[in-house]
Amino acid sequence: MAEPQLVLYEEEHGHIQVVIDKLALEASAKAVFLVDKNGQLVAETGELRGIDTTSLASLTAGNIAATGGLAKIIGEEEFPTHFHQGDRDNLHITLIARRIILVIVFENDKSSLGLVRLRVKKASSELAHIFEEMQKKAEAAAASGADSPFAEITDDDIDNLFSD
Amino acid sequence: MSFINYSSREINCKIVYYGPGLCGKTTNLQYIYNKTNPDLKGKMISLATETERTLFFDFLPLALGEIRGFKTRFHLYTVPGQVFYDASRKLILKGVDGVVFVADSQIERMEANIESIENLRANLQEQGFDLDKIPYVVQYNKRDLPNAAPLDEMKRLLNPSNVPDFEACAHEGKGVFETLKATAKGVLTDLKSLGGR
Ligand SMILES: Nc1nc2c(ncn2[C@@H]2O[C@H](COP(=O)(O)OP(=O)(O)O)[C@@H](O)[C@H]2O)c(=O)[nH]1
Ligand SMILES: [Mg+2]
Repeated sequence: MAEPQLVLYEEEHGHIQVVIDKLALEASAKAVFLVDKNGQLVAETGELRGIDTTSLASLTAGNIAATGGLAKIIGEEEFPTHFHQGDRDNLHITLIARRIILVIVFENDKSSLGLVRLRVKKASSELAHIFEEMQKKAEAAAASGADSPFAEITDDDIDNLFSD
Repeated sequence: MSFINYSSREINCKIVYYGPGLCGKTTNLQYIYNKTNPDLKGKMISLATETERTLFFDFLPLALGEIRGFKTRFHLYTVPGQVFYDASRKLILKGVDGVVFVADSQIERMEANIESIENLRANLQEQGFDLDKIPYVVQYNKRDLPNAAPLDEMKRLLNPSNVPDFEACAHEGKGVFETLKATAKGVLTDLKSLGGR
């Protein structure tokens, strides 16, 4: 299969949360998100009110996918960093370990691109390390045939989802 | 690729609606959106041209309920059907867990249906997927039209391996939830046997 399944355990989620909480603080960011390349939100922190995080995740992934396609057309592997500048808020987007997208929302009057870049650099390598561990853990679990929470689901369980 | 989050106890799966231009993919999602309890759905996003043709994708997040203490979330996507958007279609298939092929029943669209299925198979293959192995459902849409091809003819041409299939009139909602349900069922059944891929 193209990519292994993404599995996020509480332990790694805790580690990730520590890193992005710190990043948000040190970069004076409004919000920080981690999004899987397939468009699923992995973690979030900061001022989230009024932000539709599910849409943000899907569109971020679409954006990275589209620019990744553009990169290949001109002979680049990928564009690992993106910056979208707005009147008040900006988006800084970085690809980590080729699989997870780090999105930072920051305001012009509270932070700067330079500061965000600096902080992202350090956080990226910490996150990359966590995701490597996560990957290994998921692969080991799959290889050992460890029980998926869904191993035992029945047709009735599935039918019940649609019962209303 | 489905995403299992033990921290929030959620499972996320991705379903893609594929098919030729104007077959009714966006209409399927719009109907699901309109009929779903606001608590269970997120915003529907349509990246479309000014004439409402899908430019990149439509996206609809749905929460279906819990299984074994895990919230099940489905992310539904449509692809742009027009031939020249092939690069975009490939991107949207990344990480897919299940596919719905929406066929246009009109006789004059049969050629386009067949081409689109071949395109689906090839694009999946590029991503490392085999159409014969992933959860897959066929929908014969626009059954209400007078120029609809006979059903057995469509089955023969578009569903030779006899995967679950449904007749539909997506703009009235007929067959829409049946199709989604069968696909979701396929995806969840897959998870059960794989226990992580
Ligand atoms: N008669 C009829 N029209 C339909 C049906 N489903 C969709 N349509 C219409 O077909 C057109 C194209 O639908 P759309 O969902 O945009 O197609 P897409 O290109 O596959 O996304 C729209 O005008 C729909 O209202 C159907 O079951 N019967
Ligand atoms: Mg469309």
